[in-house]
Amino acid sequence: MKPARIYADLKVVVRSYLRNPVALFFSLIFPIILISLFGAIFSGGSGGAVPMAVENFDHNSPASVEFLSALNNTSLVQVQMVNYPVSDFSAQLGDNGYSVGLIIPAGFQGGLVNRTPVNLTLFTNPESAAAAGQAEGAVTGVANYFNLRAVCGGGSCAPVVQVPAPKNIGSQVYTYIDYLIPGLIGFSILTSPMFSMVDIASSYRKEGIFRALSLTPLTKAEWLLSRIIWYVLLTFVTASIMIGAGVGLFGAHVEITAGLFAFLVMGPFLFVSLGMLAGTVAKTPESAALIGNIITFPMMFLSGTFFAVSEFPAWLQPVAKVLPLYYVIDGMDQVMLFANTARALFDVAVITVLAAIIFALAVRFFQWRDVE
Amino acid sequence: MASAIEVRGLVKRYASISAVDHIEFTVEAGAVYAFLGPNGAGKTTTTEILEGLRRRTEGHVRVLGLDPWTEGIRLHRRIGVIPQDFRFFEKITPTEAIEYYGSLFGTRPNPTELLGKVDLLDKAHSRFDTLSGGQKQKLGLALALSDNPEVCFLDEPTTGLDPQARRSIWEVIRGLKRDGRTVFLTTHYLEEAEILADQVGIIHHGKIIASGTPGEIIRAHGRAERLVFEAGPALADYLQRTLGCPAEVREGRVEVPLRSNREAAQILTAVDASGIPSNGFFTERDTLEDVFVRLVGPMDEGALKTEATA
Repeated sequence: MKPARIYADLKVVVRSYLRNPVALFFSLIFPIILISLFGAIFSGGSGGAVPMAVENFDHNSPASVEFLSALNNTSLVQVQMVNYPVSDFSAQLGDNGYSVGLIIPAGFQGGLVNRTPVNLTLFTNPESAAAAGQAEGAVTGVANYFNLRAVCGGGSCAPVVQVPAPKNIGSQVYTYIDYLIPGLIGFSILTSPMFSMVDIASSYRKEGIFRALSLTPLTKAEWLLSRIIWYVLLTFVTASIMIGAGVGLFGAHVEITAGLFAFLVMGPFLFVSLGMLAGTVAKTPESAALIGNIITFPMMFLSGTFFAVSEFPAWLQPVAKVLPLYYVIDGMDQVMLFANTARALFDVAVITVLAAIIFALAVRFFQWRDVE
Repeated sequence: MASAIEVRGLVKRYASISAVDHIEFTVEAGAVYAFLGPNGAGKTTTTEILEGLRRRTEGHVRVLGLDPWTEGIRLHRRIGVIPQDFRFFEKITPTEAIEYYGSLFGTRPNPTELLGKVDLLDKAHSRFDTLSGGQKQKLGLALALSDNPEVCFLDEPTTGLDPQARRSIWEVIRGLKRDGRTVFLTTHYLEEAEILADQVGIIHHGKIIASGTPGEIIRAHGRAERLVFEAGPALADYLQRTLGCPAEVREGRVEVPLRSNREAAQILTAVDASGIPSNGFFTERDTLEDVFVRLVGPMDEGALKTEATA
């Protein structure tokens, strides 16, 4: 392994790329288009029901279930049952991307029956004023309806279900654009090397460029490494553009930490190798494109690129977790949004092991020269 | 002189078809060896086996004493190869390509000198995808020379070039020979082989059917040198009667095989004395191309290109 040869090959790759206006356009402008498009579609005001994390400490008593059902029927909020520790409830809301949350206390039904006051705890995020207003309106409205029905029949109209002023959600609240940035960086880490390497693997073989290179001291591993370095550089550029556009156009909140660099390096390492391996397996450029698509498309949509995996149907979630891109995007979510180092370390370990195995397989199986 | 290339009992089989069938030849160091054959004869397969690009089925092959398949990496530092229909990265210029090869081989070739050698200096800074077919071949040749090789494999280096460019490549090949390098040349142009090669091997249906110097091959497989008269059958009859020589009429001309200079003088004197009208005479001998067509047969003539048709 000689760095001088890798550097020489890298220079050829960079020159070829910079002299190709179409490739340049797609690398530099495409990320901005993606961010703008998805940001505009999904970040443009709420309009629909606000997802509300609800913890029911009244153990699904008929009254509490009826209350939540009525809440859902307002169409202002969408009740999603969670199970967070009370002490950490507001932080958990933030970490999981909720901008509103509600705790129904133990003894809710008893309070209604005995006409003793019960306090609901509502959490909202002041930064998401629209969602907060929507949630407060929904909860207060349903509480008033319950109070009227439960109490006023006896002549006294003292309210039983009380909704004190909402508590603030403790940590950062994440909007769609915040999730979109790691997702789209992952999208470009996947698609850019996969499509191009699959094509290169078959077209260089067909054109005899691999044969010409096999007659030089350049090794297959050196050749593949120079491509990996190039895609790592390209990923840094596209990630910077995406973060810049996300923050500049949509006010995204993302952290740029050292951990992010691990994913921006290991992600391209993995997918350059995988693209090469896929292209190697194929016999013709046509079948190479097909194999590339079969590998790439499911990952493109099922790894949390555009939508969080936690929002997928339960049966689909395990599928996401066998896709390598899931670990890249989940890892970037952890370092850019949640500061969850332990989980990021796990993700980067998975990617590194996979990348090492696939790199070794690609170098082993791709042929410079014809055995037959 | 030591041999640069040794091939004994070389066989390459694809399923049940033998593309190369027990061929043998040796190329002396410093010689230009032309390897000829119609399309599909096994020429490229053999060349690729020698270059270490293809694995042989059986037989002994050594290039500079190395096994091309198992010792390819060491061998490639000592040989230069220009593949047929050379392709390179589209956006890279010839100067950059030579610098790239220099970095890969750890040498410091001079792009100006190399491009001058192959007559490509005017395109030194043009991108590969803007070069003509001939210019691409010239760059391939320059790259093959960039690591200062002991043996050069030139696979149809002049195909598609105009006559002037072809002659400039011939000069490069002569220069390689002058520098003491061995050249293994495959070509469709038999004139090229006859002019440049010290040794020629003709392969057909996977077997070597003729080998030796161009002169040896012509003598062994061609018709002898002959006197040709622009005259009719009367002259042929006369020469047969008076001198007993095997004069014959071919294509409206009288041809008399020559065995010695003295015989030539006798024939010319006899023709003069005969009083039979003749529009002049000349001597003729078979070329390598005539021999090639005879050996390979009319069925395969389509595979043969001459300068006139190129």
